Amino acid sequence: MESKLTFKQYQNSLQENRFLGLECKNCRVYTIPPQAVCRSCGSQEFIQRQVSNKGIIKTFTVIRIAADGFKPPFIVAMVEMGQGAYLMGNIVGIEPDSANMELIGKKVEIKAKLVKGDLYSKDIWTPVFEMISV
Amino acid sequence: MRKVAIAEACMTRFGKHEKTSLELFTEIGLTTINRAGLYPRDIQALFLGNCLGGFGEGQAHMAPFVHSAMGLPMSSPAMRFECACATATVAIRNAALLVGAGVYDIVLAGGVEKTTNLSTSLATRTFAMASHAQYETPVGITFPGVFAMAAHMYADKYNIPLIELKKHMAEVAVKNHYYGSKNLKAHFQKEITVNDVLSGIMVADPLQLLDCCPFSDGASAVLITTEEKAKKITKKPIYIAGMGQASAGGLYVQQDITKAMARKTASKQAYLEAGIKPSDIDVCELHDCFTIAEIIAIEALGFFKAGKGYDAATKRHTYIGGKVAINTSGGLKAKGHPIGATGAAQVTEIVEQLRDEAGKRQVEGAKIGFVDTMGGDFGTVCNIILTA
Ligand SMILES: [Zn+2]
Repeated sequence: MESKLTFKQYQNSLQENRFLGLECKNCRVYTIPPQAVCRSCGSQEFIQRQVSNKGIIKTFTVIRIAADGFKPPFIVAMVEMGQGAYLMGNIVGIEPDSANMELIGKKVEIKAKLVKGDLYSKDIWTPVFEMISV
Repeated sequence: MRKVAIAEACMTRFGKHEKTSLELFTEIGLTTINRAGLYPRDIQALFLGNCLGGFGEGQAHMAPFVHSAMGLPMSSPAMRFECACATATVAIRNAALLVGAGVYDIVLAGGVEKTTNLSTSLATRTFAMASHAQYETPVGITFPGVFAMAAHMYADKYNIPLIELKKHMAEVAVKNHYYGSKNLKAHFQKEITVNDVLSGIMVADPLQLLDCCPFSDGASAVLITTEEKAKKITKKPIYIAGMGQASAGGLYVQQDITKAMARKTASKQAYLEAGIKPSDIDVCELHDCFTIAEIIAIEALGFFKAGKGYDAATKRHTYIGGKVAINTSGGLKAKGHPIGATGAAQVTEIVEQLRDEAGKRQVEGAKIGFVDTMGGDFGTVCNIILTA
């Protein structure tokens, strides 16, 4: 079974700031980031789609004791995309010390940044979230 | 399936150890065999849990070396299990399945870990390897970070002011350190106050230092056998009444991380097999790697309704004499958390409780005990129900 959206293709899309996702032909649920089967119904039949880069913060934390290779403090959050999929990434553009419960429910624009690899990993493009001011 | 029993269960003290992983497990494994009045030649297989041997000691493939050091017969295979923090419980479940199926009659299962020889940042990096390496680890998520996000989601979902939730979380740490103070094998044996928790350094908002379990070294081993053999070995065999295990993907797939769906799935299997319900449980060792983790676990295991378990420690429902005694060993929080050994130590505590051998932290008349171990960020959950 050939993947409809490989990790490499997904990485390229993040790098180009256009989000690719997989829409299930069976239940219409979006699976983002990509994997071989629908996260909801298990179907292997997908249509590749470009999706909106807007989302809503569902939860967050400020990492103050970090793993090797990271410079704390920084914010990690889970964001729900318009299509119902969740992404984990970093909220950027605000002071980590200003992060509080009011962030939950706020709208963000999703972009991407390159995270340098270490001894155990390669360079990887990951989501970043910028607050949309109202 | 044959009825499966635990004939003996032992653990080292958890904390900081000079000895190698190989030495630690060999010692506790032989102690377990000796206490059962058996010899290494009687053991038909060794299921050894270990996660970080490759990083801490440059040792992968640890099982055959432990096998040799213990003097087990060449014909008794040894193999390593790895399911992050749920490692040893999964090893024990697989041993019980094979004894139940009649493949083996006596298996030694358990685990060992050394984490204190890693720097905090390397330990944090290697623990984070149990998150999704492409979609989650690169954003800098840590294990405290995962549970910190669960705490914020819990406060938001159930509309509990964060400051209130944090006080109730601190009460979980107070309870587990209180029981740790009564356990000579615990990493931390001193009591703490809510104020101690709330004045600690912030690790990952809103989790402070004492919301988190420590990095520990330790080993634990469990002798799994048939009902018939167990009765010959000990006057107090403990029976495996039900087991369950479930798997889930990354947090981006789980989405609502206050629910721990893999735990609901695994515990449902265990309750069904044992034919008992949550209200029948007298004593439970569950996966309190962080204070919020205990709150999420008592809800997912069915002891409390969703959104209602947060103040259980404050109301003393989870103390001995309350609704259900939770983490009488001190839990991961105070007893310590040498990842690959943790599940076997949880089983050891329940075995002691059901044998009425838990001393100052004995739950009077305990007959049914529950073991809950969670690996990674809710990705693996393994549950075992034990009866006297
Ligand atoms: Zn589908």
